[in-house]
Amino acid sequence: MQMNRRTFLQLTALAGGGLALDLYRSPLGAAQEHQAPPDLTPQAFIHIAPDGVVTIMARASESGQGMRNMLPMLIAEELDVDWKDVRVEQADLNEKIFGRQFSGGSGNTPLGWEPMRRVGAAGRQLLIAAAARTWGVPETDCTTQPCLVVHTVSRRSLSYGELAAKAATLPAPALSSVKLKDPKDYRIIGHSVPGVDTHAIVTGKPLFGIDVQLPGMLCASIEKAPVFAGKVKTANIEQIKGLPGVRHVLVIDGGITPAAYTPWEPGMEPGIAIVADTWWQAQQARKQLKVDWDLGPAATQSSEGFAAKAADLLKAAPANTLRKYGDVDAALKSSAKVVEATYEFPFIAHVTMEPQGATAHWKDGKLEMWSTSTLPGDGRTLVAKTLGIQETDITTHMVRSGGSFGRRLQNDYLVEAAWIAKQIDVPVKLLWSREDDIAHDPFRPGGTVGLKGGIDAQGKLTAWRHHFVTFGDGKHATSGGGIGQDSYPAGFPPAYGLYTSMQPLMLRTGALRAPGDNAYCWVSQSFLDELAAAAGRDPLEFQLELLGNKQAPWKSGEHDPVGDHEPSGQEVLIPERFKGVLELVAEKSGWANRPKEKGRGMGIAAWFCHRGYFAEVADASVDAQNKVTVHQVWAAGDVGSQIINPAAAESMAQGGIMEGMGHLAQQITLADGKVEQSNLHNHPLMRMRQVPKIEVYWRKTDYSPTGLGEPTLPPTLPAVTNAIFAATGKRIRTLPLSKSGFGWA
Amino acid sequence: MPIKLKVNNAAATVDVPPDTPLLWVLRDVLDLKGAKYGCGMGVCGACTVLVGGHAVRSCMTHVGSVEGEAITTIEGLSPDGLHPVQVAWEAIDVPQCGYCQAGQIMSAAALLARTPHPTDADIDTAMSGNVCRCGTYTRIRQAIHEAAEAGTPARSK
Repeated sequence: MQMNRRTFLQLTALAGGGLALDLYRSPLGAAQEHQAPPDLTPQAFIHIAPDGVVTIMARASESGQGMRNMLPMLIAEELDVDWKDVRVEQADLNEKIFGRQFSGGSGNTPLGWEPMRRVGAAGRQLLIAAAARTWGVPETDCTTQPCLVVHTVSRRSLSYGELAAKAATLPAPALSSVKLKDPKDYRIIGHSVPGVDTHAIVTGKPLFGIDVQLPGMLCASIEKAPVFAGKVKTANIEQIKGLPGVRHVLVIDGGITPAAYTPWEPGMEPGIAIVADTWWQAQQARKQLKVDWDLGPAATQSSEGFAAKAADLLKAAPANTLRKYGDVDAALKSSAKVVEATYEFPFIAHVTMEPQGATAHWKDGKLEMWSTSTLPGDGRTLVAKTLGIQETDITTHMVRSGGSFGRRLQNDYLVEAAWIAKQIDVPVKLLWSREDDIAHDPFRPGGTVGLKGGIDAQGKLTAWRHHFVTFGDGKHATSGGGIGQDSYPAGFPPAYGLYTSMQPLMLRTGALRAPGDNAYCWVSQSFLDELAAAAGRDPLEFQLELLGNKQAPWKSGEHDPVGDHEPSGQEVLIPERFKGVLELVAEKSGWANRPKEKGRGMGIAAWFCHRGYFAEVADASVDAQNKVTVHQVWAAGDVGSQIINPAAAESMAQGGIMEGMGHLAQQITLADGKVEQSNLHNHPLMRMRQVPKIEVYWRKTDYSPTGLGEPTLPPTLPAVTNAIFAATGKRIRTLPLSKSGFGWA
Repeated sequence: MPIKLKVNNAAATVDVPPDTPLLWVLRDVLDLKGAKYGCGMGVCGACTVLVGGHAVRSCMTHVGSVEGEAITTIEGLSPDGLHPVQVAWEAIDVPQCGYCQAGQIMSAAALLARTPHPTDADIDTAMSGNVCRCGTYTRIRQAIHEAAEAGTPARSK
């Protein structure tokens, strides 16, 4: 950082404003002790140079969600500057002055919206105070124009650059005391601002974790057992040490004991790290490794075994009752029609475009890390614990990553890089191969759901029985495999039961974009479509009726599979908002007058998660070989009163839809404990020729703005499979599509 | 045995085994980090560079097989970042994470050099070897059309 180039608003820590983030809770339920939120100050975030260039610190990690834009835009708006004068700089990890630094759970918008604007407004107030003192006039007679303080009486003005040095000597106002702009005066918020790194990206500048280069740096690759947590018995280590470029060969004992429940961040997986002059040399040396593995108990696992056990559990009485009201079984018995179905979804992997990796340097008892983690604070804690060092001896630089989608919330690769660095005393960059990345992913867990729904003689829903067979030790569901008591449609059917049973899983799992919801939405919105069809009713009208029929208050907050959090405000489903996006997407897609032809159809679905509401309609055709083409997707979203960066928001929604389509064709399967997929040829992503036309619409409501990384995704899956049903009369109850006899054209 | 390369119009001599993938020579020997590693088997396109004007997957190209040929990476696509494809990519703000985009841009540049006004079907064919995990395809397509309208300069040498 070029600190000497700038005059900082303030270089010494002052007792700044007290901004109590009352509702602050870790959006991801991180395991660490919750610490009191720090007092944020403009001095931490805003640096103004004499030439008027304003540098704003981006506190969150960037993996493509646009957080390097969004959070600084909030500050810049209230600071009252022109975006062209703003330079965004990535902050290092320092939660004492920046507050929680993360990107996940669609949490940066709701948790940053108020405090970041207040930081900007407090910065503006400091500059006004500096000008008022210079002129000897009351602050109340001063106002600002972009980058300028103006004395309204005399029309004198001073630029922010001229005022910065003086402002730096003044105490910051309390963040709670500053006045925020009327949204109608916004000049940055609500206007499309291109990505701050876009020019560097299109010109190929080194930006990403994989691009980090340090003097004397070595490169590492790790061979792990083909089965989760398998340990090294013996290996030809001496032979490997003599191969070209190889400098170190290190055996990692690891710290995982496979058990029925594998917690979030279970510890280091055992393996053999090869450290060489270049990564390619490390990879070549890996090919010569001969390892005798102790595969351990996880080698007994298989997808076939999981399916058989799930079928048994579905037949038996459920182990846990999560939610029950009304007499579900009696209501089903007295219904005119009962629909029964079993839905199955597979494990899938994150496959971020940039495979996992990190760079670390251990020197003189201090550790410096270049991290792509989206929970870097948790990463530092885990590294300190694993290496037995103090967190205060760790410096974390936050480097842009090639995608996260929930993957980089876990810090396993960071701990590995740090562990290797501590053994060798020179900088080391660890990179996983794509094969490593798929085989050792914290997968989105699969699941099986047994459903029963009842319909009365008038075609109204009478009861919903939902038995979710997931993974875990009976008490704890595996990460990403829990379900909340309010998972839709809980609370709406006149009688309802939500039950779970679990089978053991000795495998790392985690949060994949819209965790839980990315599968549960598909199950519930598909079954709702099934029930509407059985009732001979339009699925939109059937669901709107259900939404008008709220039976019971919510028990907990939004479903959160990773941690628990209390319900508050926008974490509770508001039927009017759910209906609103359904009605908007129906209007935009021409749902009421949709053509009905053989081989082509439209499907509709909606969901609420991460405080956001999305409804989507897909138009798909299916050929004689069951190859599916999605022609168009319409999406309607409600994430509150303000879309902060409209072009980025639209792109994020398009991306969520493409990812939702991708999930339909992906699966991870196990045989003898080994993952059977290895690369993108057998864990496919969507490709250009498969991309539909996508239209995105926003329904602005009076609620505070919330995030949209996640809620765009879930409705895509059932919208497409419901469209396949409309086109063919065939209901997709098993994913991936190939297991139901379908595939992409 | 040293291998003589011509990368971005500059001569470079590298001393690596001839079966080393071009990608890792570019990244770790010549310190050109623009081309990215994504799959190592030619199915993602993140490593795409131009060899003699054609888009190739550098992760599957042995360095010894391109000795003396004109190799262009994202860093050498234009001297100033103003190739019409780069300009369009920036104007439309295509990237999300950005990791695949160097490969996308190189494939698009090769397409436009050969087909200055591609149809959507041309784009489907030329670009389906490049995956974007973030799903920015709609904008990639839009940017290619915009670059085509802006005009494509003579094929990169």
